[in-house]
Amino acid sequence: MNMRQIVIGASATAAVLSSLFNASAAFAQAKEQFFPVLVYRTGAYSANGSQWANGYVDYLKLTNARGGINGVKVSFEECETAYATDRGVECYERLKGKNGGGTVFQPLSTGITFALTEKAPVDKIPLITAGYGRSESQNGAVFTWNFPLLGTYWVGADVAIQHIAKKEGGLAKLKGKKVALVYHDSPYGKEPIQILQELGKTYGFDVLLLPVAHPGVEQKATWLQIRQQKPDYVLLWGWGVMNSTALREAQATGYPRDRMMGIWWAGAEPDVKDVAEGAKGYSALTLQHGAEPGSKVVREVLDLVYAKGQGTGPKDEVGQVLYMRGLISAMLAVEGVRKAQERFGKGKVMTGEQVRWGLENLNLDQKSLDALGFAGVMRPVQTSCLDHMGSSWVRVHTWNGSKWEFSSDWYQADEKVVRPMVMLASSKYAEEKKLKPRTPEECRK
Amino acid sequence: MGFFFETLIGGLMAGMLYSLVALGFVLIFKASGVFNFAQGAMVLFAALAMARLSVWIPECLGIDGRVLGNTLAFVVAGALMFVVAWLVERFVLRHLVNQEGATLLMATLGVAYVLEGVGTSVFGTEVYKIDVGMPKDPVLILEGSFEGGLLINKEDFVAALVAALLVALLALFFQKTSTGRALRAVADDHQAAQSIGIPLGRIWVIVWFVAGLVALVAGIIWGSKLGVQFSLATVALRALPVVILGGLTSVPGAIIGGLIIGVGEKLSEVYLGPYIGGGIEIWFSYQLALVFLLFRPQGLFGEKIIDRV
Repeated sequence: MNMRQIVIGASATAAVLSSLFNASAAFAQAKEQFFPVLVYRTGAYSANGSQWANGYVDYLKLTNARGGINGVKVSFEECETAYATDRGVECYERLKGKNGGGTVFQPLSTGITFALTEKAPVDKIPLITAGYGRSESQNGAVFTWNFPLLGTYWVGADVAIQHIAKKEGGLAKLKGKKVALVYHDSPYGKEPIQILQELGKTYGFDVLLLPVAHPGVEQKATWLQIRQQKPDYVLLWGWGVMNSTALREAQATGYPRDRMMGIWWAGAEPDVKDVAEGAKGYSALTLQHGAEPGSKVVREVLDLVYAKGQGTGPKDEVGQVLYMRGLISAMLAVEGVRKAQERFGKGKVMTGEQVRWGLENLNLDQKSLDALGFAGVMRPVQTSCLDHMGSSWVRVHTWNGSKWEFSSDWYQADEKVVRPMVMLASSKYAEEKKLKPRTPEECRK
Repeated sequence: MGFFFETLIGGLMAGMLYSLVALGFVLIFKASGVFNFAQGAMVLFAALAMARLSVWIPECLGIDGRVLGNTLAFVVAGALMFVVAWLVERFVLRHLVNQEGATLLMATLGVAYVLEGVGTSVFGTEVYKIDVGMPKDPVLILEGSFEGGLLINKEDFVAALVAALLVALLALFFQKTSTGRALRAVADDHQAAQSIGIPLGRIWVIVWFVAGLVALVAGIIWGSKLGVQFSLATVALRALPVVILGGLTSVPGAIIGGLIIGVGEKLSEVYLGPYIGGGIEIWFSYQLALVFLLFRPQGLFGEKIIDRV
């Protein structure tokens, strides 16, 4: 036997063994619920994206440590998007059919969400976009696979104006005021413009639009315009380095930080930590939760995941704002699967379509949240076939120079304002895409 | 009128910072004919090293005091940039002598990805702080002449001064020292420089090291302004129109180009932006550079290339 034959023989043996191994791995994976995880641990937004991803993955690990979902173990695979829409779509295509099929996708990017919104119905995989994505996708009759759970940008913008009105002494006091929106010049940043302009017309305040180009490291001209125009309030709709740069520029131009309010993606530790005292007094909306290092679920993560050396990120970040956002996002997906199992079979692996039913019938009451360790972190959430958001509870927290502290009571979006906009925009979308909205009867099937 | 001057001054100071990054491009192009696409990654790598070492070194040695900690971190980060320069010469450039410009450009793209990956793996992806005591609060001047006064950002002012000083030192280095002359000779023709005894490898290590030091200073200034994180790598994109406009071979070109781009983009954003949607300063600076190129294809101060037919 010469060398060539040895090489060919060894290669053939390796190929056979490899296919046998893959087959057994696939068999093992058939008993697991597969969660594709779209992350950005690299690129301009990695500092924020990593924390969310760590929370998300840690919750999946915690789920396994708790015994899985009614015994069904969870498997997952990360794919790096770098917050780029093309790479996000590539990740989706790569993972959607893997390991028996993806359970849900959570891209953590409004741009990627826009791209996947038309793919999800074809592949029958739900898209959870907790606190981001298309605001009109709350309407489950049209956006049958999108779930902007807990809140949308229209909710955020409405609550921000409510909070400003409360500080001013009522909605009537908004008349004649000027509110500047400093926003990331992307689908994400543009989401609140429509509702702010509507609210401006209703309550008589001016809206000054100031876009900031990606990634947001150069804002001098923006803040010089703010110094010139002297808006009464500045709403910050940024992400990543754009947020801390805005706060630094506000300090450098002397704009009072207590007149600035960020969306929930502009209110985490990486946004303010290095600005420290310079960001004191700056407030941001919360997607219900803030930093929750003392919560029961965080203690469990530390005990069952980190204590065994299986933690995904730095231990001292466990419980921070974006970590909690990732944790909650994963919990919502896992509970969607658990709900689906109630109908389609406990202890079974659920398909994307079955998980959609679970997400449309989510009923996380206080008792369930307490049992999952989320007492005090968030309020109950109940969705339906027609309402894919489920809840719009928002609080405000304020940076005190060293940590975030809650500074308001709970708010809810004004349904009289948000609902008609959702219905109008979603029916326009249905018309454009020639979609037939689901009826309540179809939902009952 | 006061607002116009504020914007103008803000643009000039931003322009000085762009010049600092642009200098890195110019230095390496002058000495090796390589358009170094890794300059932004070098800024990120150097800033990450500085930020982390300024914490790690005082912790390891039990030192208390910002100045000593920062000084030691600067020295070690500088040494790291020397190692980077040596590695680039040893494993990339040495094998590409006399290759096409496009090949060298692609090689630097590879260097950029390696530096970004290694930098974030070793030093982490969080937002890190560089605290060199830069003043953060603004100051108002000429309050008697302009309503509300002219606002000057003290941090930008100090940064612009440091950048100006560094630019002056580098100009002297290139014009007045024998190493500087050797660098320029290598830039003209690799083989000719080698034939008269200029050690190509050593010259390349020196120039990449000097560009590394410039990246370190730029990283400290930008890192102090923005926090040290991945976005610093994109700062290089801000300097590209500067080198297009100023010319790839001219240190004064980098300065003048930086000032023109800085002022141009700020004035355009403030006065033109509201009419065409805003957020225009990045692409406007490229447009501005392209307009200049229509009249001077080699850039404002670039060397005119004349080929005999």
